[in-house]
Amino acid sequence: MNNTADRLDSTFLALADPTRRAILARLALGEASVTELAEPFEMSQPAISKHLKVLERAGLITVGQDAQRRPRRLEGRPLAEASAWLEQYREAWEENFKRLDSLLQEMQRSSRASRRVVRRKKKRSG
Amino acid sequence: MPVTFEKAQVSLPSDREVRVTRSFRAPRALVYKTYTDPSLVQRWLLGPPGWSMPVCEMDVRVGGRYRWRWRSDKDGKEFGFSGTFREVVPQSKLVHSEAYDPGTVSDDFPTNDALVTVTFIEDAGVTTMTTLIDFGSKEAREAAMSTGMTDGMEQSYQLLDRLLDETRSA
Repeated sequence: MNNTADRLDSTFLALADPTRRAILARLALGEASVTELAEPFEMSQPAISKHLKVLERAGLITVGQDAQRRPRRLEGRPLAEASAWLEQYREAWEENFKRLDSLLQEMQRSSRASRRVVRRKKKRSG
Repeated sequence: MPVTFEKAQVSLPSDREVRVTRSFRAPRALVYKTYTDPSLVQRWLLGPPGWSMPVCEMDVRVGGRYRWRWRSDKDGKEFGFSGTFREVVPQSKLVHSEAYDPGTVSDDFPTNDALVTVTFIEDAGVTTMTTLIDFGSKEAREAAMSTGMTDGMEQSYQLLDRLLDETRSA
């Protein structure tokens, strides 16, 4: 369990930065070299390389075979674990929120109904 | 930003906090009422299936206390949360401490107080309720979020989907 917890920590740390999330989103479309990854970001290659190192340490990306291009590739497993962990927590809340949805609907229905009654009474007396 | 209904969003803004965001098709005053009127809270804040909320006491004013307790229908075991309201801005913001009392469900020790900030923002008849929980430490967050979670994680690419959406809409 501790290993999982450590892994989750490094995954969430890696995901805490918008540039790194954008890099992952780009890699979800297919592998890419550092030059290709740097292009859309108006960032120097060394700056991008720093982000790539964080992602690599978290196991979120790996370096491909091609020795010249050294393409980065997305690794799905840690992301899937982090996602599953959050998803279970989310579902626990969602159970409550669905009940709250119904309660709010019910309250709004009954307040609309009582407004109608008031209007009808006003008409009759006026 | 598109409003998503019936789907709570969970994010981790720092290594000791969790943020849960959810939108409701109802005015802010009504959503606030369902969070502050004990008889209404008891109708939705029930936790896992098979649990009821026999105790719900809330004195919603600065310095006022609240006590929530849940009971399993199956074996009668209980656990709860309690705390004090630190900030009360009607229809817009609540800040309260939150101490977990493991009651009879486990041998865990009661944890340090977490600090919970709930905000209600209305836009065109839709109210977004955001709950920010500051657990005080990374370890406390991990313990709290793991409570009740099953072992073994399923493969899922939903976070990746979310990342892609985020990049597309950016």
